[in-house]
Amino acid sequence: MTQPINQPVTPAIQQLQMQGIVKRFPGVLAVNQVDFEVRAGEIHALLGENGAGKSTLMKMLYGLYQPDAGRILLNGAPVNIRSPHDAIQQGIGMIHQHFMLVPSLTAAENVALGMRSSRGLVLDTDRVGAQLRELAARYNLKVDPDIPVWQLAVGEQQRVEILRALYRGAALLILDEPTAVLTPQEVDDLFRVLRQMTADGHALIFISHKLHEVLAISQRVTVLRDGQKVATIPTAGATRLKLAEMMVGRPVVLEYERQPVQRGAARLSLHEVSARNDRGHEGLRQVSLRLCSGEIVGVAGVSGNGQRELAQVIAGLRPITGGSIQVDGRPVTTADPAAINALGVSHIPEERMVDGVIKEFTVAENLVLQEHGHPRFTRAGLFMNFRRIGEACREAIKAYEIKTPGGDTPIKNLSGGNIQKLVLARELSRRPQVLIAAQPTRGVDIGATEYIHRRLLAERDRGTAILLISEDLDEILALSDRILVMYEGRIVGEIPREQVNIQQLGALMAGSSPARPGD
Amino acid sequence: MIEQILTASVFASTIRLATPYILAGLGETFSQRSGVLNLGVDGVMLMGAFFAFYTALITGSAVLGVIAALGVGLILGLATAFISVTLKAEQGISGIGIYLFGLGMSELLFQQWIGTPKSVTGFPDIFIPGLSDIEFLGIGEIFFQHNILVYVAFLLIPLSSFVLNHTTLGLMIRAVGQNPQAADAMGVNVTRVRYATVAFCGVMAALAGASLSIALLKVFQQNLTSGLGFIAVALVYFGRWRPYGILAGALLFSFVNAVQLQISAIGLDVPSEFAVMAPYVITIIALVFASKQTEKPTALTRPFERGE
Repeated sequence: MTQPINQPVTPAIQQLQMQGIVKRFPGVLAVNQVDFEVRAGEIHALLGENGAGKSTLMKMLYGLYQPDAGRILLNGAPVNIRSPHDAIQQGIGMIHQHFMLVPSLTAAENVALGMRSSRGLVLDTDRVGAQLRELAARYNLKVDPDIPVWQLAVGEQQRVEILRALYRGAALLILDEPTAVLTPQEVDDLFRVLRQMTADGHALIFISHKLHEVLAISQRVTVLRDGQKVATIPTAGATRLKLAEMMVGRPVVLEYERQPVQRGAARLSLHEVSARNDRGHEGLRQVSLRLCSGEIVGVAGVSGNGQRELAQVIAGLRPITGGSIQVDGRPVTTADPAAINALGVSHIPEERMVDGVIKEFTVAENLVLQEHGHPRFTRAGLFMNFRRIGEACREAIKAYEIKTPGGDTPIKNLSGGNIQKLVLARELSRRPQVLIAAQPTRGVDIGATEYIHRRLLAERDRGTAILLISEDLDEILALSDRILVMYEGRIVGEIPREQVNIQQLGALMAGSSPARPGD
Repeated sequence: MIEQILTASVFASTIRLATPYILAGLGETFSQRSGVLNLGVDGVMLMGAFFAFYTALITGSAVLGVIAALGVGLILGLATAFISVTLKAEQGISGIGIYLFGLGMSELLFQQWIGTPKSVTGFPDIFIPGLSDIEFLGIGEIFFQHNILVYVAFLLIPLSSFVLNHTTLGLMIRAVGQNPQAADAMGVNVTRVRYATVAFCGVMAALAGASLSIALLKVFQQNLTSGLGFIAVALVYFGRWRPYGILAGALLFSFVNAVQLQISAIGLDVPSEFAVMAPYVITIIALVFASKQTEKPTALTRPFERGE
């Protein structure tokens, strides 16, 4: 082992500085002349939109990328970090946004991976496990070291990652969007652990785009925008509005004005619908719901609790094993996606790059993916009418504020926000009766998010029935008229907008079921 | 009739014929566990078989033959690693390329350097003192009267299983095959691990070839392996990427081989083509049932790119 861990770690990093860091990718200046500094005992937040360069900057600190210019100083002395191995040697750890765990290995094996064993060539996972338990007890992080990681919930997997970094003697820990997959209670627990770590003298870098979290946990905050540093300011005295403005570069609106709900007739109803997930296990269990015209129903839940399957069964993309689905009173239980589309159901898929668009196709081609056979876009029903397609495309680009050089640009050259606007344009252009919006603003910048949210609210006011499936609780709270909570494939609670209580919502998301309203 | 077929000597041949499957299959297991599909095994086997045979023919030493095979296997293994790990070439197609290279090259060298069919003394059978005399159920004959490579192959099974499951190296191999990004983030050198496993796969394939040409058959001819290396690749899937699974599959196939030889030896009226086809048909059936395994290395055939 590189370092004994039975005693509290005595961190050796007093100060880390990054100076004049530059990183270019083909066609993009991802990080441009950025200075950054973090000290022992502080939590320094790194705030910025997707694509602002936060992760890229930190990946350079962890040796995953090499900077094109600039230098890194540890306690005042320049260091060369060429690989994660070097970073670990220097006492730097990183908790990645997509956990860097091997699912088939146990927690102890994941921790032992890449470390020298106390038994030479033979593994000492039993000893690692025992030490892990001690460390877990000290930080009050409950983890069973002997269970394969894939069987752990996401929150537990994150605890394994944190313990691993501590076990390896990380004095400086980079946390890349660590709250993205956690329930509100888990976020509180995480913050408690982070505070304890700084009290022990660790230096922490907290990457986030969530303003209230940055305000709650950090002592200083550095804001990045378009690869450049906007400023580093003390968190005390900063406000959400000020930080949002620094992030986006213009004043932003954080709350939407909304009309009172005008609930109409039921458009979509599910009756005890069950379905299997990709692993062949029960992904949806007897889900019943009713979606009416003119309302937005939010589906909240921690990732992987059946939300994806729910959207797919409604869109006809996943066979169901029980129950029934009706659109406007018509059974669509066994209908194919085209038939469901024809009944006025639109779907904004969760994985937009996989299920939403064809990456290599142009903006125009992606826009007519479904309706390419419509008389509007064909000549004699056989040949594509490129003039009409071009016109429709120009209209959509204008109406939906899609930033693209033109209609014949391959979609893969657009930013996430603009691709999502294009998907929205395609799905809304058909004037749907029912809209399934799955993670509509994941990975989308604040500007586009604001636009998409306004558009969804406008659709609701027009009378569309909208099912909003999101792991972003802020989004659910901002838009929904009613909130359903999913846990392990079931709907475990329903909360009307007026009665929302974050504690209760969090408890439902975590699977503890307090008395439901109406029970 | 059953007694005529299932004799002690058939079981002894089963053990003996399992050797090349086990050696090549174990090598392939390490390669695939680290995420690299090596389809060139059959070609490397042919090259190993040829160089072992040629060296044994010239020098009269089977040991030198094995050493020559190991050297050739190492070179071809490193070449495969360079192609699939460093150059990140598509592994299925480049593997077929290695196979065709081995097939053609071994044939060409045979024509140029040897020409006419010859045979070598090769490795003698070693009778294990005490054990080889056991008459009960023919145990002595079945298990303890074989050449050295047979014993080596069988001893390598528990050893491989131990290395994969109980050593730091095995942990690194498994991690690199399941999630190379995670292994890299933990300071494991993904490239080095894959070079090691693919080179080892080459060495084992060449040794499997040598076991055919200087221990089992003691001859060399064009396409000596007749696709045995591909069966070994299939065995890895069949055996769910586990050394003991390889053992089970190897014994199944070598048993079918041995029975087929016995049937033609006693002159039964079964078209021999059926028997020749049998292993391949069984392979396909086995693969259909083995294809939905979760043990499969998730990064199999995927080159590693840091920071993705």
